[in-house]
Amino acid sequence: MSENVDILERLTAADYQYEYGFESQIEEEVVAPGLDENIIRLISQKKGEPDWMLQWRLQAFRYWQHMSEPHWANVRYEPIDYQAISYYAAPKKVSQARSLNEIDPELRQTFERLGIPLHEQEVLAGVAVDAVLDSVSVATTFREKLQSLGIIFCSISEAIREYPDLVRTYLGTVVPPNDNFFAALNSAVFTDGSFCYVPPGVRCPIELSTYFRINARNTGQFERTLIIADEGAYVSYLEGCTAPMRDENQLHAAVVELIALKNAEIKYSTVQNWYPGDKEGRGGIYNFVTKRGLCGGENSKISWTQVETGSAITWKYPSVILKGDNSIGEFYSVAVTNHRQQADTGTKMVHVGRNTRSRIVSKGISAGYSQNSYRGLVRVNANAENARNFSQCDSLLIGDRCGAHTFPYIEVNNPTAIVEHEATTSKIGEDIIFYCNQRGLDTETAVALIINGYAREVLSKLPMEFAVEAQKLLTISLEGSVG
Amino acid sequence: MTEPLLQIRNLHASIGNKEILRGIDLDIFPGQVCAIMGPNGSGKSTLAAVLAGREDYQVTEGEIIFNGKNLLELSPEERAREGLFLAFQYPVEIPGVSTATFLKTALNELRKHRGLEPLDAMEFMSLMHERAKLVHIEPSFFSRAVNEGFSGGEKKRNEIFQLAMLEPTLAILDETDSGLDIDALRIVADGVNALRTPERAFVVITHYQRLLNYIVPDIVHVLYRGRIIKSGAKELATELEAQGYDWIKETAEAQA
Ligand SMILES: Nc1ncnc2c1ncn2[C@@H]1O[C@H](COP(=O)(O)OP(=O)(O)OP(=O)(O)O)[C@@H](O)[C@H]1O
Ligand SMILES: [Mg+2]
Repeated sequence: MSENVDILERLTAADYQYEYGFESQIEEEVVAPGLDENIIRLISQKKGEPDWMLQWRLQAFRYWQHMSEPHWANVRYEPIDYQAISYYAAPKKVSQARSLNEIDPELRQTFERLGIPLHEQEVLAGVAVDAVLDSVSVATTFREKLQSLGIIFCSISEAIREYPDLVRTYLGTVVPPNDNFFAALNSAVFTDGSFCYVPPGVRCPIELSTYFRINARNTGQFERTLIIADEGAYVSYLEGCTAPMRDENQLHAAVVELIALKNAEIKYSTVQNWYPGDKEGRGGIYNFVTKRGLCGGENSKISWTQVETGSAITWKYPSVILKGDNSIGEFYSVAVTNHRQQADTGTKMVHVGRNTRSRIVSKGISAGYSQNSYRGLVRVNANAENARNFSQCDSLLIGDRCGAHTFPYIEVNNPTAIVEHEATTSKIGEDIIFYCNQRGLDTETAVALIINGYAREVLSKLPMEFAVEAQKLLTISLEGSVG
Repeated sequence: MTEPLLQIRNLHASIGNKEILRGIDLDIFPGQVCAIMGPNGSGKSTLAAVLAGREDYQVTEGEIIFNGKNLLELSPEERAREGLFLAFQYPVEIPGVSTATFLKTALNELRKHRGLEPLDAMEFMSLMHERAKLVHIEPSFFSRAVNEGFSGGEKKRNEIFQLAMLEPTLAILDETDSGLDIDALRIVADGVNALRTPERAFVVITHYQRLLNYIVPDIVHVLYRGRIIKSGAKELATELEAQGYDWIKETAEAQA
């Protein structure tokens, strides 16, 4: 006899298995919780930074002290106690490692379990990786090969020491320290992240990738990424992230700045899989991130692609300032929320130059009791003759306890602009699942088929090596719910 | 005598506290076309849904044997893989999944169950083109999301197209004729007739004699308030068309 159970209830109530939830037993140095000028001095000193960097941080800290946490996003959480967080955690044995062979075996194992081998010969063909654990970068692969082309790819800490002029020229030019509350916090306490500079006319022949891992307890992760494509340069960059399963929430407040000069192109892809919390909403990462790119020169192009499956709360709007004439900005996003996850994500496209074009494709997928919001701004400034924007925002609901919301903001100050916005909402209800079952597909296969079909346009923008991974990840985040 | 393909014994099914099927006995033999008629709300779609394994309904009594297996123990997808197909009265739209991808996945699931190798892309495409002709489906539909934006009649034709692709042993057609224009009705009926084999049985649920002029049934059953109250040869459908249901209702109620 069949029970009258709600199929979707069963789907979304099943135990979620977060594959990356393990904790590594790595000896780490963790400073006591709390935030004041002394902590900032300590971070700066630990990293052997020049004085200008310390002053920059302290200035940011003073801004931050006068700012308040933004609450306009469609997310709910308990107040964060910024004095209860530890702002620096580093594996003890890493700081001295000069080559990949010297890395602590436990650390190496951690990344291997995550599918990120740090031996160069085993690294995914054609991908250079910078691995960041808690507050420090532990390894960067393929450096010599890149150096021969004049490409700099290293941790930001190292860049501050080794390439201070480049860092000083560009740091904070796209996301100023006082841009917003979380950006100011990051500017004051950022611990590591990646730096990349591609010189004029060089096409970076391999994918660059940073893998972020939170390991230590009660710490925040504040990474800072700065990527510069000089005139006529091209680079494709991918960021991945995971964290152990814990009952308490952990804060991740990153800043990413991209700068594309004349005729340059930057492709930035993210596969975000921070621990999302358990099915009751306990634990998980607060992912409050500021990402912005500047198309500074004419004919430049910046393209953001993101697959967001993790985090308890996601607050991020990878944006492009289209300053150069004929420049192009793109944003392709799939954001999945399940159980009690909340996401408020989207983009800003600011048209400043003439003939600038932007394209936004956002696909939200909500399941369980989650809330998924798209928030996007398209602004056309008065001098941006012939600006074009096209936005497509689709929402897919699985079951009827989740929510999808769309908040498009359009500000047009030039009459020659053409701005188009399309939005759809679809729902995978029991009727659809049953229809698929009746054709011989089990529920998991049916959900995977629908999700992948739905997200295809965005996944196809990812570098090949990662598209397959991302597709699996999407299926897992929902199938984890499908049991 | 051949074994029935489907045997339904004393089937009772309810939704919530409401009993909808109240003791159904029915045998369907290989190659047979069996028509089920009956007034609105008599339980025809419910019977189809219970056979297909929809969980909203509780089977409270009775048994169903399909191909020698206890159907009630199988999940909906296992029933489908065993060769049971339901052409829905109201086919749903599946956003983002093309008809080609959907059918390829479904067909390969069925083939796996039958111990066959999956079809490769070429073999599959040529099969689609061949079967689409049966119900005059344009190849441009293959790349469109399943049923999305299809007209009512196109959705119904698409159901028969899927039937042709998946080659079930038992096909249940729930009011496939409703919403079809006269030409489409012919196309669908010709398609179904072309798909008749000595092994494959059809259960055709309909309100109208018109469809049964094209798809000639071996037997006609009348369902009323969750029971089969009359069975007969194809002439029964003609009688019903002429006289309505009142005369059998009265006899049934007199007997009850
Ligand atoms: N989910 C439900 N909740 C309550 N009652 C239901 C539900 N589904 C079906 N019923 C009832 O069961 C009865 C049989 O419905 P069913 O759809 O099987 O009839 P039908 O014979 O197919 O009718 P039609 O010819 O109009 O298609 C109807 O009275 C209907 O209202
Ligand atoms: Mg019906």
